[in-house]
Amino acid sequence: MEGSWEEDRVRRKKTKPMRIVEADFVSPVETYQGRICEVRLGATKSEGGTRGRSLVVGGERSPAYYLFENPTPHPPVVTLDVFDMRIPLAKAVKMHVEEVLDDPAAWAKLAVDRFGADMITLHLVSTDPLLKDTSPKEAALTVEKVLQAVDVPITIGGCGHPQKDTEVFEKVAEVTAGERVLISSITLDMDIERCAKALKKYEHVALAFTPMDLNHARELNRKLYEFLPKEQIIMDTTTAALGYGLEYAFTVMERARLSALMGDAELQHPLSSGTTNAWAAREAWMKMAPEWGPRELRGPLWETVTALTLLLAGVDVFMMMHPAAVQTLKEVVNKLTKGATQARPEMIAEWVKRKI
Amino acid sequence: MSKNNNSKDINPINIYTLLPRTNCKRCDSSNCMAFAAKLAGRETVLELCKPLLEEKQHAKAYAKLHYMLNPPVREITIGAGEKAVKIGGKFVMYRHELAFHNPTPIAIDVTDETPDEELILRVKKTDGFTYIYIGKELKLNMLAVRSTANSPSKFRTTVKKVIENTQLPLILCSLDPKVIEVGLLAAAKSRPLIYAATKDNWKDMAELALSYDCPLAVFAPNDLKLLKSLAATLVDYGVEDLVLDPGTFPYHGFSDTISNFTMLRRSACRKGDHSLGFPLIGTPITVWTQQDVTSENLIWNEACLASMMIARYADLLIMHSVEGWALLPNIVLRENLYTDPRKPVAVEPGIKEFGKPDENSPVLMTANFALTYYTVASDLESASVDCYLIIVDTEGLAVDCSVAGRKLTADKIAEALKKTQIEEKVKHRKLIIPGKAARLSSEIQELSGWEVIVGPQDSSGIPNFLQEKWR
Repeated sequence: MEGSWEEDRVRRKKTKPMRIVEADFVSPVETYQGRICEVRLGATKSEGGTRGRSLVVGGERSPAYYLFENPTPHPPVVTLDVFDMRIPLAKAVKMHVEEVLDDPAAWAKLAVDRFGADMITLHLVSTDPLLKDTSPKEAALTVEKVLQAVDVPITIGGCGHPQKDTEVFEKVAEVTAGERVLISSITLDMDIERCAKALKKYEHVALAFTPMDLNHARELNRKLYEFLPKEQIIMDTTTAALGYGLEYAFTVMERARLSALMGDAELQHPLSSGTTNAWAAREAWMKMAPEWGPRELRGPLWETVTALTLLLAGVDVFMMMHPAAVQTLKEVVNKLTKGATQARPEMIAEWVKRKI
Repeated sequence: MSKNNNSKDINPINIYTLLPRTNCKRCDSSNCMAFAAKLAGRETVLELCKPLLEEKQHAKAYAKLHYMLNPPVREITIGAGEKAVKIGGKFVMYRHELAFHNPTPIAIDVTDETPDEELILRVKKTDGFTYIYIGKELKLNMLAVRSTANSPSKFRTTVKKVIENTQLPLILCSLDPKVIEVGLLAAAKSRPLIYAATKDNWKDMAELALSYDCPLAVFAPNDLKLLKSLAATLVDYGVEDLVLDPGTFPYHGFSDTISNFTMLRRSACRKGDHSLGFPLIGTPITVWTQQDVTSENLIWNEACLASMMIARYADLLIMHSVEGWALLPNIVLRENLYTDPRKPVAVEPGIKEFGKPDENSPVLMTANFALTYYTVASDLESASVDCYLIIVDTEGLAVDCSVAGRKLTADKIAEALKKTQIEEKVKHRKLIIPGKAARLSSEIQELSGWEVIVGPQDSSGIPNFLQEKWR
């Protein structure tokens, strides 16, 4: 590789080759000292819970879909949003869940039976002191109803109020003991010891949420390690919508994954994304001039593109909303992981003259 | 991951030792070291150093630096004039390592069997396609003219018609060198990309690329050994502006597509493989080879495929659909991923009105970090709130960081209140500040005389907050 481009060129100019000069292609494989830990979500009867199946995420030894190095050990999973009270939803989303908006258990069932959800996220929004201030005990009842309605693993979302979430999570952890529920989320401004002890005692998984900053992510993980084994922690480094900071989210996740593989032990956790945040983008929900098409297509595609981009950064758990986005993501994941089919050159060899 | 095996070790010191070190300032940098630092960060070009170019004793150093600073993925120009596009010129695999250069141009296809009226409509639509995003015009960039009739005369007519209706650069698509040649004659001096050389036609295509001085795409579907062999052969033949196509497989072999693009980029960027150091072309249009699927589904699938290829190393895309709802997410994604991650993105400080505010409307305040601003703006718009928003210059930092880093202070806020002349717009003197700036409240009150109300931690809470707290 010594010698300049110019020198190479002068040397080459002398004779034109008449045949294809055969070159060797060596697959550019690298090795990594780090590995992402495996986290099991949900528990079957034999595992101490009541779920029909449990799911394992993580375990990667290579960057996302570097399939020439390693296959993806576990396909990413999709957990669909269910809310415990009416909240403003984009029209394109609402039209699919209109009938079940007041019944979280029915909503969960619809998401599993019809939309192909691997998991359900039950957002206990109503516990917010500024909204209904639902008590932890009452919230736990809703959780039990959803657990009875579906047999997939579940995620429990809080209301974002640090003290209230702590109380709610404690109660929920207790009534769901052994189910390996994903608790979304534990943040730096919460009473981490109290939360983590409850998760440890009742065997649940923490979703460690930090705002797009790897130092904060490391700090939170370190605090959790005092009480929880690694295999009970998933990281969420924040998802911003396409057009509203997706590049920051993408790069933080990509960096987290690369650092983890290079040996940063504090980042060796599966990644989760609140892909639903895609709907914060105006382009996703708003009526626009006719050339931008119906929002019923634009919206779900916005969520899909947000998801597919982050899939390539290494996300293992997708929290999503629209059935079409979920379906596409699952199809792509299937193509990339389970029983990937071989390329058939003859199928595209003549694309240039294809009549469309 | 091991460190770059064969990468060029680019840092300011290595560059500096090869510069003249006379601090002549002709490059507009204050000294050679500053120039070296800019070169290392790709913020300037080597050719600004006149002594290096002009003086014989520096010839060797220039050659060395030129080699050192060349991107591992060659930069290639397609088209001529103002609308010419540059593709490739990539230095890194991950944007946080530096930045991605030359945002992936999107070419829309037309064929020599497209009826005239439709052809012109399609060309005009591609040419005029614009979306304004954070004050920037996002556009489509090229036209790919495909020979589906396999008739040189039809191809010539179509290329001519396209050129009459647009200045966008062209990709001439046919595997038949005879068809390509008439296309090149019709598109004289406009430097189109020839698509494509294959194992069967490479020599004729190479001759065309050389005689018409045009870049040439190389197509070897799912055969990286052949692709590399062809590229190396073509370079030996004298064709230097190559674009590589390992094939885009939308259905069978989709995982191979992602793997191939990744292997090619890593070979170039990390393994120093010159023969593969060329831009990559993706063809999501191959989605349309699928039959018995509704066109709405095909448009959707094409958009999804394109998005993954924008994220995974495609330096140029050929697409078929011109539906706005399908193209919009991709042109925004491209803009996002090609943003320079080293520069905090800032918006102009000042005052913005939302809805139809009057003298009794609330006055809110935020930072001038673009992401913060656009999030707040979108929250205010989505709730149809009538209000004023003061954007304080925090040097492009978010609220919490700028409070911690003393870029957002009570002084600055008081100054912004004065500068924006908000006191002439509202009768009240109540300022709502972000929850994350709460600790500045009493000081702001003291300095500005305004009553301070601490708002929610996240701007998504503003609509509720206003409903409850604003009178």
